[in-house]
Amino acid sequence: MEYLPNIIFAVILILGIGYFTRNVKKLIRNIKLGHKVDASDNTSQRWKNMAYIALGQSKMVKRPVSGFLHVIVYVGFIIINIEVLEIIIDGLFGTHRIGQQVLPESLYGFLIGSFEILAVLVLVAVTVFWLRRNVIKIKRFLSSEMKGWPKSDGNIILYFEVVLMCLFLIMNATDMVFQEANSGNIISQFIAPWFEGLSEGTLTIIERSAWWLHIVGILAFLNYLYFSKHLHILLAFPNVYFGKVEPKGKFNNLEAVTAEVKLMMDPDADPYAAPPESAEDEVPAKFGASDVMDLTQIQLLNAYSCTECGRCTSECPANLTGKKLSPRKIMMDTRDRLEEVGKNIDANNGEFKDDGKQLLGDYITNEELWACTTCNACVEACPVSIDPLSIIVEMRRYLVMEQSAAPMELNNMMTNIENNGAPWPYNQMDRLNWKDE
Amino acid sequence: MSEQLIVPTMAEMMAEGKQPEILFWVGSAGSYDDRAKKITKAFVKILNKANVNFAVLGTEESNTGDVAKRAGNEFLFQMQAVMNIEVLNAYEIKRIVTCDPHSFNCIKNEYPSLGGNYDVIHHTQYIKELMSSGRLSLEGNTYKGKRITFHDPCYLGRGNGVYEAPRDVLKKTNATLVEMKRHKGTALCCGAGGAQMFKDAEPGNKEINVLRTEDAIETQPEIIATGCPYCNTMMTDGVKFKEKETAIKVLDIAELIADA
Repeated sequence: MEYLPNIIFAVILILGIGYFTRNVKKLIRNIKLGHKVDASDNTSQRWKNMAYIALGQSKMVKRPVSGFLHVIVYVGFIIINIEVLEIIIDGLFGTHRIGQQVLPESLYGFLIGSFEILAVLVLVAVTVFWLRRNVIKIKRFLSSEMKGWPKSDGNIILYFEVVLMCLFLIMNATDMVFQEANSGNIISQFIAPWFEGLSEGTLTIIERSAWWLHIVGILAFLNYLYFSKHLHILLAFPNVYFGKVEPKGKFNNLEAVTAEVKLMMDPDADPYAAPPESAEDEVPAKFGASDVMDLTQIQLLNAYSCTECGRCTSECPANLTGKKLSPRKIMMDTRDRLEEVGKNIDANNGEFKDDGKQLLGDYITNEELWACTTCNACVEACPVSIDPLSIIVEMRRYLVMEQSAAPMELNNMMTNIENNGAPWPYNQMDRLNWKDE
Repeated sequence: MSEQLIVPTMAEMMAEGKQPEILFWVGSAGSYDDRAKKITKAFVKILNKANVNFAVLGTEESNTGDVAKRAGNEFLFQMQAVMNIEVLNAYEIKRIVTCDPHSFNCIKNEYPSLGGNYDVIHHTQYIKELMSSGRLSLEGNTYKGKRITFHDPCYLGRGNGVYEAPRDVLKKTNATLVEMKRHKGTALCCGAGGAQMFKDAEPGNKEINVLRTEDAIETQPEIIATGCPYCNTMMTDGVKFKEKETAIKVLDIAELIADA
């Protein structure tokens, strides 16, 4: 029976990691519903972007207050999690503070001392974040797409972090061996007096409870990620790596269209020729996107990586002038629809069954799509290189080329270009008239 | 403009067996829009003054297809692109300059994979080049001490990372350059991009060009400098809406330099 805690610990650990792995697999399957894109180019630039933008948080700090606080939570979270390593070893092998035994006292004290300071800094930062979301009511957290679950999600993450940090400090404060060693208890020595007068037995119970809750809490948080906007702590890295490396103004040229245009321009092409046999089985290419399966895998990864910070929306000229378009909503809608499609596949033995819904219309309206000025402000603002604009353009392509559903004025403009090579109804032969005017 | 502009076409050059050092891509706005035509002429005035051996396509130029592409009509875009590329390649064009950041972005970034590979630069970059090579110098002091604020065109700035060339050119005029709160990477769009120029805005509580004009007015400028014919129209309308047209002029950098 003496191994019971070790066994329970191992079971919890396996369950926690196992369920998370299962959901990660689901996430990868969902992302793979999108079109494949070749991102094997510019490898060194991509790694550089990952180092600067994701690891180095270079875009976060463009807004100094939230950026600085975010760096604290980010650094704190990564470094404090080194402690998890010790917890796992202790849990599995029944040791107590293995680090204290194997590491030089000064080094162990330095490590835990740093964790304690960071834990307090994280608590401060998280409190400010909570105030920004709930009391100061910063505009970008109040948009219509932030009502309900997205708002709770944001707060739940903050509560999680508060609880985890407090448990860590209480665990240290009530650990009699650690407090006696008096090395690294830089913060917890001030918390320890709160528990003075309690019996050794009670102290041990509190310490053990905090220890268990801490590790269970971390595993719970890990598993919460998949259901939350908080996935960005993992996906920001691949997302930045796969982010756009070309000039932002450059839009991709649709290859399916190129093939048709080339055929039309080819003077030797026989318009009545039978299609080559191999082409018979091919599904005719769909121009643009009306649902998540028409998007690329990178665009779908973008959707999972979005942490709904709203920096994109707060820079969007359409949104700033009261239009319905919000680039953040485009990303949230894409993720929601992708999740819906994923659940549909789960429920139908791995096969998607048409549910009569799609991203266009059921989630994103034409009005939102036509309000975009393609100015790239959202792309520039995103701290993790998400490209909402590419999704908007892909959906416009569907509207125009598959449904001929452009606003009337735009249809007139395009007819003019077709007829006389200018967006206005002027004669091509008058193109040089300005010279003599 | 009193003086006669010299505007050779590629067809004329070809007939004389000559090749220009650069092709001036005028663009649809620059060819037909009354306000933009003034920018075109101002730029030609600069080219003439600097003795640049340039040419235009004239009636052989057609719309780049940029606006069709942003509207979602990839088919029309590629048709236009392929036609233009055929003309440009037939004339063996190597270098292109344009006053329109949309044409600039489109030809520079989106034509290559369709067979059109050229060195494309924006007119503010070319003016800077002419100045630093000594081919163009400013004699007058028209703008000395005047407060000028520059509105970054999206497809020049964010789209292609060109922020300094227009500012460097403006600094040469000895004007006082004042920046709007939102500038360079965070500059606000004028509202015309993405085919918005050709349609009414969706329902909202303000026009984008008015918001951008308010950004500019905050800097108390005498001149709002632009580098895009569409931005110019939007900012001009914004200044009129704010009833500031007597105090604030909206001028393209080409116009500023042509009169400096």
